[in-house]
Amino acid sequence: MSDAALPESVTPAPPTDAQRDELRRHGILLTSLQELYTWGNSNSVWPLNFGLACCAIEMIAASMARFDIARFGSEVFRPSPRQADLLIVSGTVTKKMAPQVIRLWNQMPEPKYCIAMGACAISGGPFKQGYNVLKGIDRFIPVDIYIPGCPPRPEALLHGLMELQKKIKGFKISGPDAPRHLRDDQECNCPVPEFGEHDLEPPQNPKVWTAPTIVRKE
Amino acid sequence: METAEQIRDRLLARFSGAEIAVVTNPGAAAQHSLLIGHAHARAIAEFLRDDATLKLDQCSNVTGIDWPEKKITETTKATVPDPANPTAPPKVVETKTERVQPGYLEVVYHLYSIALRHGPVILRLRTANRTDQVTVPSLTPVWRACEFQEREAFDLYGIKFDGHPDLRRILMWDAFKDHPMRKDYVEPDDYEWEPTPHGAVHEKAKAHYPVPAAAPVAAAAATEGGVKP
Repeated sequence: MSDAALPESVTPAPPTDAQRDELRRHGILLTSLQELYTWGNSNSVWPLNFGLACCAIEMIAASMARFDIARFGSEVFRPSPRQADLLIVSGTVTKKMAPQVIRLWNQMPEPKYCIAMGACAISGGPFKQGYNVLKGIDRFIPVDIYIPGCPPRPEALLHGLMELQKKIKGFKISGPDAPRHLRDDQECNCPVPEFGEHDLEPPQNPKVWTAPTIVRKE
Repeated sequence: METAEQIRDRLLARFSGAEIAVVTNPGAAAQHSLLIGHAHARAIAEFLRDDATLKLDQCSNVTGIDWPEKKITETTKATVPDPANPTAPPKVVETKTERVQPGYLEVVYHLYSIALRHGPVILRLRTANRTDQVTVPSLTPVWRACEFQEREAFDLYGIKFDGHPDLRRILMWDAFKDHPMRKDYVEPDDYEWEPTPHGAVHEKAKAHYPVPAAAPVAAAAATEGGVKP
């Protein structure tokens, strides 16, 4: 036997998704660590048992038998932020409540995700021009999924959760595209604002949010 | 139930020297109210609560109102006969006088009787001005239900209630300095002023986001002599 008979490269091309599905149909599981990790993460997202306003009622409805958020592995609403993966900001965040919401977010261990549920949590909603309502929780903490609606129906929350699962399944576990909790150069905690004399101080977290540049037409 | 005038007359007979006036409501509801001076407010409230024919045992609502300073222009017409020509018809001379009605803060109490199923009797208390004399007597010792609502009026309007057992802010945080429901409150400039067609927001958007100098739309409109909207 001479060496020339062997092929030059012994590294096969990675199997495509279609090939993997074909193998799975025959009872053979071919997977990668990344796929296994994100699959596990995305199918047990435990939300924090935390409601702020009327959106919370829809969130409770989504967790009950009719809509059944358990189908997506998220039925375990944890009463402690130490055990939760997902912060659903469901309702109006007043300026008096905002530091507490951010404190809860800081107390959650990584990996953690945030859903801004409803118009108020996204932007302040109908109370945007009021004196006591935060104009969107994304001014202080990073938000993964925005669910519009006033309030959004449970189906919308389920759709938001499915989108979050899709997002988690797309995570890379190494390299520069890795999510926040797998990297050393990213800060996981958000500074908690102080109660000022006229407003929260600072009124936003510049690492997370900057005012959009709006060009006026006329 | 007695009318506001009847209650006023009974109160005046009971409390000599009390300042009580009926503020009429010209609307269809015709809910006339009693404006009460500070000196006898607590005693009058206790009387209204304990009186056998009124028995106003529930204070359902406490409201704050801010009345800012108001310029009032009054026009008076006078006929002046011409001294040079007495046969001519007299001239009509109009004189305009301006006076400034000082601003004040007002607290309104709506009282009902659960026992006798009637109401409301409406009380009003006014402060002397909006700046330094903003104290009115508290009615919390008479009706316990006033406690949180008087705290709310203190928080949002800055009305101080003399005799309140626990006068703290209730909605805003303790370090907050402003009174947001006052007419002259200026909110913090903390959000993007979207160019919406709503008046006040639109004006702020103009200040925040000036139109770029070489905007092609504006230039085109100028060359055509078109009128900008």
